[in-house]
Amino acid sequence: MTPLSIAFLPLTDAAPIIVALERGFAREQGLELSLIRDTSWATVRDRLVYGQVQAAHMLAPLAVAVTLGLSQAPCTIAAPFKLNDNGNALTLSAEFAAALDPYPRNRVTDPEATAHDFAGAIGLHRRKPVIGIVHRFSSHALMLRYWLAYARVDPDRDVTLRVLPPSLMTGAMRAGEIDGFIAGAPWSSVAVAEGLGEIAAAGANIWQRGVEKMLATRADWAEANPDTLDRLVRALAHAAAWCDDPANREALAELLARPDYVGQSPALIAQALAGRMPLQPGGEPVDIPDFLVFHRGAANFPWRSQALWIYSQFVRWGMVEASPEAERAAADVFRSDVYRRALAGEGIAMPGASMKVEGALDEPLSAGSHKGSLTLAPDRFFDGRSFDPEAISAYLKALETGS
Amino acid sequence: MRIAIIDESGLRATILEDGLREAGFDDIEVVQPHSGFVARLERMAPDVVLMNLGNPSRDALEEMLAVSRALARPIAMFVDQSDDAMIGAAIDAGVSAYVVDGLRKERVKPILDLAIRRFNAYSRLKSELDEARTELAERKTIDRAKTILMDSRKLSEPEAYALLRTTAMKQGRRIVDVADALITATSLLGE
Repeated sequence: MTPLSIAFLPLTDAAPIIVALERGFAREQGLELSLIRDTSWATVRDRLVYGQVQAAHMLAPLAVAVTLGLSQAPCTIAAPFKLNDNGNALTLSAEFAAALDPYPRNRVTDPEATAHDFAGAIGLHRRKPVIGIVHRFSSHALMLRYWLAYARVDPDRDVTLRVLPPSLMTGAMRAGEIDGFIAGAPWSSVAVAEGLGEIAAAGANIWQRGVEKMLATRADWAEANPDTLDRLVRALAHAAAWCDDPANREALAELLARPDYVGQSPALIAQALAGRMPLQPGGEPVDIPDFLVFHRGAANFPWRSQALWIYSQFVRWGMVEASPEAERAAADVFRSDVYRRALAGEGIAMPGASMKVEGALDEPLSAGSHKGSLTLAPDRFFDGRSFDPEAISAYLKALETGS
Repeated sequence: MRIAIIDESGLRATILEDGLREAGFDDIEVVQPHSGFVARLERMAPDVVLMNLGNPSRDALEEMLAVSRALARPIAMFVDQSDDAMIGAAIDAGVSAYVVDGLRKERVKPILDLAIRRFNAYSRLKSELDEARTELAERKTIDRAKTILMDSRKLSEPEAYALLRTTAMKQGRRIVDVADALITATSLLGE
C-alpha cells in the first residue's frame, strides 16, 4: 500500500476523492488515502505547494493561477483529472431577486434575460450590490463575471465582489452584508432551505459543461511518481463513475453528509446530485439537468482548451498580462497526457484530440476515439459564443466589442 | 514594526501577543476575523499579519492583500521561500504569516519562530484541557454506573466499583466503556 495524503474542502464536488477512499477504489489500486479537510483554498494550496499533501481538490482556475505565480509562491501544478463539471449556483436575496422575472424557473432557464434584469436592478438597489464569491480564482467567479459582462455590467466597477468562505455565506446573507453569492453545492440549497435567498442562475445554464474542480498535484511530484499518480487517476475514474450513477445517489448523499466530510443534511446534498431543487424558500423543486456532472460525457478528461479558456478570462479581467509563455504554461497545467497514460488499459474511450473548440456543441457528438464509442456532451455557453483555443486574442477582442 | 494577529481563539491570540510583547514588540493588534475585519486591517496597514492556518477567512485576507490600494507594498506569505524547514514547521504548527515586501528576513524570522513556538504551546495546552475535560466526563459516567449498581444490587460503593473493574478486565474493555454500556442498558430498560 502506498500512503497518499489529499487535502479537500467540504463541498459536494470533493465526492470522487471521498468515494475513492470510502468505497475502496483507492485500495484496489494499492493506495492508502488519508484525507485532510481544510477550511480555505489558501490552506489547501499551501499544503500542496509546500509538500504536506501529495494531491488536492482544487478550483481549476486556482491551479492555473498558482502555476502562473498569481497566488503566493509560484509552483507548477499538474492537474491530470477533472473531478466535475458544473455544480454552482447564484443565490440572491429576496429583495434583489424581486427585480427579476417573478417565476424563479424562468430566471434559471433564461440566463440572458436574467443577466439583463440583473443589470437593470443595479441602479434601483439601495447600494451597489455586494456579491459573495469564494475566491478570486474560482470557476464560479469567472462564470459570474462572464455572465454579468454579457449584460454590459463591469464586475469590477458596477458590483462589489467580496471574497467569503462558502460556510460563512449564509451568515453574511442573514446579516445583510451581501446581496447574494455564487458558490458550489450544497451552499445555495442551504441558503434556500434557511429562507435566506433565491437561486437566480445555475452554472450549468451559463456554460453547459463548465470546468470546475481538478485533482491537482505538484508537477515535480507527478514527474517523480508516475506510477502512484496513474493509480490515483484510475481510482478517481472508478469513483467518479460510481458518483454519477443515479443508483448510488442516496448512498453518496449519506456519505457526504458525515460531519468529517461536507457536514450538511443528506437531503440538501442530494438536491445537487439529482439536479432537482427548490429555487426559493418553500418553492416546488425544479429540474436543472446536468446541475453537477461527475463522469458522463467524458467529464473527467482534462481538456487543455479548458485551461486556456481560464487563461483567456484571466487576461480579460487584467489578472495576468497576455504572453505566449503564460499561455503555454496555463495549457500545460491540464495534463491530458497523464490521463491518457493512466487509463490506457481501462477500456475507457479517449478523445482523439486534447483541445477542442469550447462551446461548439448543441447536440451530443460521437467523437473520434481510440477505442469504443465516446459521446461528448453539448457544451454551449449561454450567449452562443464559442472559444477557439488557437485564436484567443480574436476571442477576447470579440468579447470586448460585443461583436 | 506593526503586527496584526487575526484569530478567532482569544486564548491563542493572547498567548501569542504576550510572547511578542515579551520579545519587545509593542505595536500589536489582535483582530477577530468577523465581518469587516478586512477593512479594519487595511486601515492598520500592518507590516506583518499572523493568522492561523485553519481560519476560513484566509481567502478573504489574501483577496485584500491582492487588491488593496491602501497597502502600498505587496505582502507575501512567508519571508524566505527557500527555508523549507521553517515553512514546514509553520504549517505543522498551523501558522500562516504575511509580510510586507522589503522587510528583511532577519527581522521577521524571530517573529515567525516565536509564533510557531506559541502556537505549539497553545496546542499542547488545548490538548491537556481536552484531556482534563474527558477525564472529568469519564469520572462522571463511572459515578453514575456505580450508583445504578449500588441501588439495583444493594452494593457498597467499593463493591460497585470492583464489579465494574472486574467486568472490564474480563471483557478487555475500559471501565468507562462498561459503565457507559450499563447506563445505556438501564435507560433502555427504563430502570
